[in-house]
Amino acid sequence: MKRKLGEIAYARSGDKGSSANVGVLALKAEDYAFLKQHLTAERVMAFFLPLGLTKVDRYELPNLHALNFVLHDVLAGGGSRSLRTDAQGKALGQAILEMEI
Amino acid sequence: MLKIANASAFWGDQPDAAATLMRQAPDIDYLTFDYLAEVSLSIMAIQRERDPTTGYAKDFVDVVRSLTPFWREGSRVKIVANAGGLNPRGCAEACRHVLDEAGCGHLRIGVVSGDDVLATLTNDARNAEFRNLETGESLESIASRLVTANAYMGAGCIAESLQGGADIVITGRVADPSLIVGPCMAHYKWSATDYSKIAGATIAGHLIECGTQVTGGISTDWLTIANPSAIGFPIAEVADDGSCVITKPAGSSGRVSERTVKEQLLYEIGDPARYLSPDVTVSFLAIEVKEAGNDRVSVKGAIGSTSPSTYKVSATYRNGFRADAMLALFGADVVEKARRCGQVIIERVRAAGFELERSLVECIGAGDVVPGVVTAPENLREVVLRVSVADNRREAVERFTKEIAPLVTSGAQGVTGYATGRPKVRPVFGYWPCLVKRDFVKATMEMQ
Repeated sequence: MKRKLGEIAYARSGDKGSSANVGVLALKAEDYAFLKQHLTAERVMAFFLPLGLTKVDRYELPNLHALNFVLHDVLAGGGSRSLRTDAQGKALGQAILEMEI
Repeated sequence: MLKIANASAFWGDQPDAAATLMRQAPDIDYLTFDYLAEVSLSIMAIQRERDPTTGYAKDFVDVVRSLTPFWREGSRVKIVANAGGLNPRGCAEACRHVLDEAGCGHLRIGVVSGDDVLATLTNDARNAEFRNLETGESLESIASRLVTANAYMGAGCIAESLQGGADIVITGRVADPSLIVGPCMAHYKWSATDYSKIAGATIAGHLIECGTQVTGGISTDWLTIANPSAIGFPIAEVADDGSCVITKPAGSSGRVSERTVKEQLLYEIGDPARYLSPDVTVSFLAIEVKEAGNDRVSVKGAIGSTSPSTYKVSATYRNGFRADAMLALFGADVVEKARRCGQVIIERVRAAGFELERSLVECIGAGDVVPGVVTAPENLREVVLRVSVADNRREAVERFTKEIAPLVTSGAQGVTGYATGRPKVRPVFGYWPCLVKRDFVKATMEMQ
């Protein structure tokens, strides 16, 4: 059964230069194992590929039932250089919650 | 228990936050203010070129003025702010003037500087240490265009200023959490090697430095927050062991819950086992976040170890000009019309003799905020067309700003919303993160 990530998780994103991070947290502790198994770096890379990112690092925070993703070069230059509306990756947290999983 | 609040997450945050906090929670020990995002200093550099007495966050002087009634009535609240930007001494002088005028001449101001490493970088551009941390490029390529270069200093000088009797500490660039770590070190007399205590205070700082982001602002469940126009600014109650309770003033709206705190814990971090600050390296991996009452969340378990032997530097350089324009469109086939209008603008600039170096046409409403990631709904009736361009030639970008309005008569039917006039041409500042040996940075403090 597929469902939207937003049904089992919440998120927050922000920028780090021309890269961004997206933290994804399980709404219920028991869903963390599912997230850990299915929300892989490859899956997140494929989801955000149209933004031109070059690499995704995934970090596990079992104590917080959370995963942290660093999306390298996802902001088309970032800061005041990127021409995009979302030059600081503020929308990426909301976007990842739309992922079907 | 030391009560430290944040009253500014960035340069331009709510101007009344500090006075509101003082009314709502008069027992706060420290108010801290962050004014410096990555490229804020480049804006201050431009201001200082026009007037050498500027180069700091002038808004802060107004904040100090707004607090004088509380001090006159006996408040002992102390302040730590990186409002000094490129000119901490100038900022302190302006504050001194306001304090004297308002009958608060007894308050002492500590000034922390030494973060400016522009000359060091400019004079040694081939040094491999100054390579761009993200791209690996040599600094030589942009050294002649450098505008600012500032090291993220630590909490040491802030703590010293406070121990020396400062009521207000004004700094240049320091690491954001250090604004909170400084008061903790001074109050609890921690040594620089009390790593796990400092790690705890660094986490408290990380949690509150973005203001209302930990008290309900931008939380995933923001829509369920009552009265979001009056979200309270955060308070960290830091204990002697470095653990803390995150809360907000009684009577403010917003929310401090396990979720809002955990969300903010993950904000703008990389490897959670190695969060780097000039004071300490922090591991998040044993942190416990637990609700401890109404709008109270306890955070403990941060593990600290030695900090890096280098300081991180945030440098900025001139990188041409840009402008951004927006128009609304309504009607049938609106996405196709908007994209076509965007192309018209670029083509008109080309016809005028400028092949723009970079341009981007976005159709907001059709999924272009996160382009290609989420499918846009069909049969849209209205969108916003946004066109952004960048070029090293100011005149090319200026020409672009003159090609927006003509679409009102020559573009698609339903083009509307041209009310704000020609967009502004703005300088672009590139961001250059690099490292510098600690020996090159001489943190200094003086008392006024």
